[in-house]
Amino acid sequence: MTTTVEPVIPRTRRGVELVLLVVAIAIVLLAWVTVDLNRNGTVPANIFPVAGGLVVLAAVVHVVLRWRAPYADPVLLPITIALNGLGLVMIHRLDLAAGRLGTDGSANQQIIWTALAVALTVAVIWTLRDHRLLRRYTFVSLAVGFILLILPLLPGLGREVNGSRIWIGLGPFSFQPGEFAKIALAVFFAGYLVQTRDVLSLAGKRVLGFTFPRGRDLGPILVAWVLALLILVFEKDLGSALLFFGLFVAMLYVATERVSWIAIGLLLFAAAVAFALSAFSHFQKRVDLWLDPFSPENLERSNQLANGLWGMAAGGLTGTGLGAGRPWLTSFAESDYIFASLAEELGLIGSVAILMLYLLFVERGVRTALGVRDGFGKLLAIGLTFSVAFQLFIVIGGVTRVIPLTGLTTPFLSLGGSSLLANWIIMSLLLRISDQARRPVPELPVGVGADPAASEATQVVRL
Amino acid sequence: MNTAIRRLSVLIAALFGALLVASTVIQFAQAGSMNRMAANKRTLLDNYGQERGSILVGGQAIAKSVEVDDQYQWLRTYPEGRLYSQITGFYAYSVGNPFGLENAADELLSGKADRLFVRRVTDLVTGRETAGATIELTINPKAQQAASQGLGKNRGAVVALDPTTGAILAMVSHPQYDPNPLSSHDLDEAATAWEKLSTNSAKPFINRAITGDLYPPGSTFKVVTAAAALEQGIVADENSRVPGPAELDLPLTDTPLPNETRQPCGPNDQTTLIHALEISCNTAFASLGLELGGKQLRDQAGKFGFGLDSIKIPMRVSPSTIPAEMNEPQAAQSAIGQYEVRTTPLQMAMVAAGIANQGRVMTPYLIQTIRTADLDVIEDTPEPEELSQAVSPRTADILKRMMVSVVDNGSGRRAQIPGVAVGGKTGTAQHDLDKDPHAWFISFAPADDPKVAVAVVVEESGVTGNEVGGAAVAAPIAKDVMEAVIGR
Repeated sequence: MTTTVEPVIPRTRRGVELVLLVVAIAIVLLAWVTVDLNRNGTVPANIFPVAGGLVVLAAVVHVVLRWRAPYADPVLLPITIALNGLGLVMIHRLDLAAGRLGTDGSANQQIIWTALAVALTVAVIWTLRDHRLLRRYTFVSLAVGFILLILPLLPGLGREVNGSRIWIGLGPFSFQPGEFAKIALAVFFAGYLVQTRDVLSLAGKRVLGFTFPRGRDLGPILVAWVLALLILVFEKDLGSALLFFGLFVAMLYVATERVSWIAIGLLLFAAAVAFALSAFSHFQKRVDLWLDPFSPENLERSNQLANGLWGMAAGGLTGTGLGAGRPWLTSFAESDYIFASLAEELGLIGSVAILMLYLLFVERGVRTALGVRDGFGKLLAIGLTFSVAFQLFIVIGGVTRVIPLTGLTTPFLSLGGSSLLANWIIMSLLLRISDQARRPVPELPVGVGADPAASEATQVVRL
Repeated sequence: MNTAIRRLSVLIAALFGALLVASTVIQFAQAGSMNRMAANKRTLLDNYGQERGSILVGGQAIAKSVEVDDQYQWLRTYPEGRLYSQITGFYAYSVGNPFGLENAADELLSGKADRLFVRRVTDLVTGRETAGATIELTINPKAQQAASQGLGKNRGAVVALDPTTGAILAMVSHPQYDPNPLSSHDLDEAATAWEKLSTNSAKPFINRAITGDLYPPGSTFKVVTAAAALEQGIVADENSRVPGPAELDLPLTDTPLPNETRQPCGPNDQTTLIHALEISCNTAFASLGLELGGKQLRDQAGKFGFGLDSIKIPMRVSPSTIPAEMNEPQAAQSAIGQYEVRTTPLQMAMVAAGIANQGRVMTPYLIQTIRTADLDVIEDTPEPEELSQAVSPRTADILKRMMVSVVDNGSGRRAQIPGVAVGGKTGTAQHDLDKDPHAWFISFAPADDPKVAVAVVVEESGVTGNEVGGAAVAAPIAKDVMEAVIGR
């Protein structure tokens, strides 16, 4: 018995999650109250229902995690709650500015979507006991992803909004199926690449220090490229095309560890951009706007980019204060431009804080990918994480003039059910994978072989 | 796969780094310059959200901000809109405040001027709403009214100055416009008004008194020629004899310069300087111009303020021009206010005022007092500032006697005010051979104790070849304005 070492039991860290959840909810409630204090000078009457609702939603997920995924990452859920809550605050604030009150408000819709998203998260964590089960659905995922992507193109179903055909309408509801396609395609890429990674990474000839793949292995990347091009041409959605193609190339690189895939990807992407620029005036205009958003002719054409920048500038270092700025002057202030809206009222300090929340979220995703032991899990985790990070870069990079503006939603913050549901599902998949990653290795009980008595005892238990 | 995941996470970190840098550039490094962009609606709304200072004339507001219940909070109104339109300008949401005091005194009216800094600090400490400064003008409302009524439906401009200080007592430019619809918060109404006025061929936004295309001064410029001749000793005094033939032969050209009457100005083709001015004898002043030459003519004009680009009242005054290089016939033409001499009515009022004020030209100004919104004085009446000593007091005295004689005995009879010595000079300025000439009149009163100097120009209402005809239109307007100031 003296040789027996106390087994190191990894800590679940659910307590940390609880504390962080309290902090996240406190930040959101403080922001909610600040809006009304700044606008009306009163504490909002609905503070108790809002507080209660948030606590219930967070508590439900927390309890389910304690039960079904006790080793899941403790930081992902609090960040999600904080971002979703801050988005709600800004949507509510824009409701007030537009005079939409109570159940007419967009915030009301967003609360319902949040509740649905939480329900979906609980369902995912509850029913999906192990992420490796998803691998069985590799090609089903491909079919689902593909169908979701082409749905908006079907006549009668698809709707064109602001020049991009990425919506479908079902009665009074409308969805952006692309948001869900992102998840399906990440599952497919992970399942497919984990099978084919050996051939994709080993075969090929060396040119200039890089190992280039054989011609026949180029098939998959070309298929992905053509798919992205189709989105570009028929749905006129540069943002989604960029996101899907970037996601595939990133996962391909992780699966094969070959830089040449990135080079090929960039080359194909450059060709697609050159084609889009020459073929569609739509894209040419966006580049013009990006290069000089303040010229009178460009302001005449679209003042959205300039207005967003002016809004951020008006916020300055410390912001105008929640409820005290004019974010509504920018079009899509509650969706594509919600980052600029928050930046205006929270200042540079607020924008950096929000970016840091995302960075932390992504860091936890990367850590999960590093920690999980199976290849499929690694690929899925890094794929989902990269999709969030890259989507964020495409939309906020567009708003802050790092790249030309292309319409995408800001994960967790933007108004819109599809985006919210999809990103909560991504979060719950990451939670599930991280539970696997951080769970102690299910090896033979400690001391087996060294201590026959203990072994025996175990057998007794097993019987 | 972990190596690749780590490398990919470095790429992700770089993407976030780009976003952080971009946010910092926008919200910190470039925030100031973006906030100052003219098209930035947020800055504009910030300005609307603050009470803008009033503009007062004789204790009454001619521009004020009224609190209203809409997103702009303060509505700019102009109670006597048209009468003061070129002075105030307007304050529009979509096109801003491009004209008048709304433009030139914007920093004071919006409260952002450096000299209001102490005020802003105390506002911050005491928690009082910062409001723009109220500015009180030098305008005499009666004179302004008289000038506007006198011009009636004619295009043209009137400027009245206090000769001893340079204070602007009246400044009217026709056509006028109503600044209220332009400043409306009903953006459609504002856009319609802007569209209509900005495309109007009569250019109502232009303040013809100080800017625009400028006018040829015509015969009123003969006063400047006389001043140069007296200063240079070419003539001794008003009774000196000068040539006055029916036509003056000019060197370098076969075209002689005629008198408008085609008659000599006196017996033996000779006249006195004072009589030459009374009847506005072209050949007499053209021959003085030949003797003086372009440079001396130009120097004398410069002493009255021609060519000066720095006058701000606070609106910028276009410099009056006289060509730099002139040959002899051009100098002769310029001496009678033709060729390429161009001037503002304000400049010609400064000529009259300088002569009335013993040769001292005072810098013109429009803002009398700067006050806080609750009318505490921030800056009081500015110290009158001498622009230049244009002529010696003796020359000024001679010119004054000559101009009084023009009104008493000559072409300016219509400006006579019973019991008051009025000095003046008529002008008929050719600008386009197919159109009627502009009618001019410059004057001052009373001659012994000058209180007011006036310049009037009425576009295209002179009569070619008839000095008195032009004077018939312009001189009575000057008379009314002078009477309004000296209280007759």
